[in-house]
Amino acid sequence: MKITKDIIESHGLKLDEYSKIKQLLDREPNYLELGIFSAMWNEHCSYKSSKVHLKKLPIKNKNVIQGPGENAGVIDIGDDDAIIFKIESHNHPSFIEPYQGAATGVGGILRDIFTMGARPIALLNSIHFGDPNNKKTKNLLNGVVSGIGGYGNCIGIPTVAGETKFHKTYNENILVNAMAVGLANKKKIFYSKAKGINKAVVYVGSKTGRDGIHGASMASAEFDENSEDKKPTVQVGDPFTEKLLMEACLELMKKESIISIQDMGAAGLTSSSVEMAHKGNLGIELNLDKIPCREENMSPYEMMLSESQERMLIILEDGKENEAREIFKKWDLDFVVIGKTTDTKNLSLKFQKKIVATIPIDALSSKAPLYDRKWSKKKLSKKKTNIKELKKIKFDEAFFKILSSPNHSNKKWVTEQYDQMVMGDTIERSGANAAVIKIHNKDKAIAVTVDSSANYCKSHPLSGGKQIVSESWRNLISVGAKPIAITNCLNFGNPENPEVMGEFAENILGVKEACEFLDYPVVSGNVSFYNGTNNNNIFPTPVIGGVGLIKNLKKIQNHRFKKIDSKILIIGKTFGHLDQSVLINEMYNVNDGIPPEVNLLNEKNNGEIVLKLINEGFVNSVHDISTGGIILALAEMSLSSQIGVKILKPKKLSNIFEYFFGEDQSRYVVEVDKNNYFKIEKLLKDNNIYFENIGVTQKDSFELDKDLKTSVKELYEINNKWYNNFNGLIS
Amino acid sequence: MNSTVIVFPGSNCDRDVATALTKLQFKNKMVWHKDNNLPKSDLIVIPGGFSYGDYLRSGAIAAKSNILKEVIRAANSGCLILGICNGFQILIETGLLQGALLRNRSLKFISKDVYLKVINNDNKFCKNYKKNNIINLNIAHNEGNYFTQKDHLKELEDNALIPFKYCDKEGSINDNNNPNGSINNIAGILNNKKNILGMMPHPERMIDSLISNTDGIGLFNSILN
Repeated sequence: MKITKDIIESHGLKLDEYSKIKQLLDREPNYLELGIFSAMWNEHCSYKSSKVHLKKLPIKNKNVIQGPGENAGVIDIGDDDAIIFKIESHNHPSFIEPYQGAATGVGGILRDIFTMGARPIALLNSIHFGDPNNKKTKNLLNGVVSGIGGYGNCIGIPTVAGETKFHKTYNENILVNAMAVGLANKKKIFYSKAKGINKAVVYVGSKTGRDGIHGASMASAEFDENSEDKKPTVQVGDPFTEKLLMEACLELMKKESIISIQDMGAAGLTSSSVEMAHKGNLGIELNLDKIPCREENMSPYEMMLSESQERMLIILEDGKENEAREIFKKWDLDFVVIGKTTDTKNLSLKFQKKIVATIPIDALSSKAPLYDRKWSKKKLSKKKTNIKELKKIKFDEAFFKILSSPNHSNKKWVTEQYDQMVMGDTIERSGANAAVIKIHNKDKAIAVTVDSSANYCKSHPLSGGKQIVSESWRNLISVGAKPIAITNCLNFGNPENPEVMGEFAENILGVKEACEFLDYPVVSGNVSFYNGTNNNNIFPTPVIGGVGLIKNLKKIQNHRFKKIDSKILIIGKTFGHLDQSVLINEMYNVNDGIPPEVNLLNEKNNGEIVLKLINEGFVNSVHDISTGGIILALAEMSLSSQIGVKILKPKKLSNIFEYFFGEDQSRYVVEVDKNNYFKIEKLLKDNNIYFENIGVTQKDSFELDKDLKTSVKELYEINNKWYNNFNGLIS
Repeated sequence: MNSTVIVFPGSNCDRDVATALTKLQFKNKMVWHKDNNLPKSDLIVIPGGFSYGDYLRSGAIAAKSNILKEVIRAANSGCLILGICNGFQILIETGLLQGALLRNRSLKFISKDVYLKVINNDNKFCKNYKKNNIINLNIAHNEGNYFTQKDHLKELEDNALIPFKYCDKEGSINDNNNPNGSINNIAGILNNKKNILGMMPHPERMIDSLISNTDGIGLFNSILN
């Protein structure tokens, strides 16, 4: 077949990229080879627009065993235990087919974890939808939530935390990010690097079908009005087969037979085989007649580009084939030797006794295009919102409206569709500051959380980058964990647009600054560009997944008030920053100004002192303060414990809106016993920590100064009504 | 006491049940679904999960498996059988327990902690609970909406074959605290001989106060004594 301009463009390649292919091959590629280049050179697989920026991120601290570049990041949590984790996007497929898109997002991220030798122990997600009034939202929301649940519940990994948010920026491009966390023995971690020539390359798992062909290329372009036609590029998930594959791989990993192993994710067989050969500086030869196919007459092109799920590629030690085959037979899975490693440094494909493709591995990997795209610095809004100039809204009205808004109403209608308890080690579930998972049969736990702040990142990408890392850190501190490392999922618009690229570049700098200061490095992640439709780019929405360690199970803390008549302290200073707050954005629909500044020194000092208070046993409950300010933090503490509060606003800020709704950073609410108060006051003063004593807990009634008095029961009703009305449910 | 946990390829609560049994001093063995022999056991547990994927009706394929023939044989000779969640669905499909488990009334998967009232404790699974005890266990299922015919329902009620019903914190049993639409708020049932219990809630998830609570221990301890 003659390669025409149309064919090149339909593969998502630019003409100059095609010239580069010809130059690297020293000839024209055939159609199959073009398909393979398109699969490897698209944004999703090659990171061609993001690499120059990602290099700036800190990737090491004393706990990091493996940083970015492998299937997932690995950290040391002591006693030979390692935690392996990563977050990944499945935005484009989920918009086209919400159930399968979300389900296979979960399946894909789980494979990244168990490929490395970890048994997955927790799933998290961050999902963003358009305006609830947008006609697509309801269907997308219900499809995505049941897809996430459908996969995780069946395979039996608890879904323990997440966030569900709404904003019109996602009307035509939702975000579905899934994170998986696994536990491994740090001496038995498996990598994708091939070693040795003439080693058997084995295909295991599901059969290959025609689903998901060009999935990664589809995810590397914007949507337009014909996006519905892309449905065939969405993969179909089978969690039961994934469960079999997981158990079979983990069983094989107990033996000494695997040289390297790689899951077939985006760009399927192509990327997995190229990745293994590239890392090992080897060649790889595959006989496509051997590929287990689900459908008849599949062409080499279809086999190489299929993104059928639940498949793995393994390179075995000599003489271990039978041992390995027996294990996969036990689990009723395909196990076929489809090729071998070679010293040619080529990807070489045979089909029906002919060589159908020969491509140098480095042309697909290290020589893939890299772009330092043009970017422009964000022009920051100089406006400041003056609350006194806005139309008057009653304090209690504003509070109730926010508490019952889609973004801040109770999310149990989401989390109750996820099995949070399977595996029997979930200590803190969804709705907590961070989820806490016990390490099975050990006296320690990990804390995990996901966070994003698209409004902040849109109005000030640099500051927003710092804020999301800091909020993640704060969430882990609040449950008594020492934060260790993060994974990030960077959801942005079209990188060919200099403003979008600027948002990306500046945001990375913000993330970098906070990660360095807090010793909280990035060990894995994923970039998703081209989130937008018809030139409308989404708000920059980086999502941070954080992992921390709790060494002593007795020191786990949560945000539920414990007692009546405890004192309530705010650690950290309240300035009353309202620009980009929930109050101003959602109540007044004003988007001027910049988000609150993050002072990393205060962040660190305040966090460390809260951790010390928890470890000394001085606090009854802790909650970090984030969107919605002090009032929402207090409401969440009351709602989860059914204990009320009586608060007096300190005199220094005259405006109650600024005091209670301000979103200044680095703050925590802590509940302390009156008996401990003087010890705590001394500790805080000795460490120069700013704090305010703002009131006490009380039975039933939620009272703020003279401006609000209601019952916790009423708050509960307000907080719970939105979804039922939205979805037309009775109960 | 010897216990056996049946492991299907898609079981996912097998480890959790084994952890509970071992913690409570059962001598436990795991048995793979392809095995044809059961070790000598006083209790056989069919755990939660998705047996063979359950893309067909939940438990339908598992009910026809080799190992289930052995379980049925053991059940008929009086061995105690406990089916939890998917295990309950499988027991229904084998006919060891009667009725049907339909999709939840909300047509959604439901996972949450629910209150249960101990309606009948005059059986080997519940004797350590007091009658009318209110306990808090976790549910996690898509098809837990129990249904049966009038005659059988009357038999269940009259013969003390309903150990647990869904209720609220205070113990009142009505439609508002029925999570899945089960007839008469039924959360679990026994066979006539009272040696087989099928229940949707997961007692094995409630054996540790750090994780959740200890309300599930009563069930395992009843069996032990």
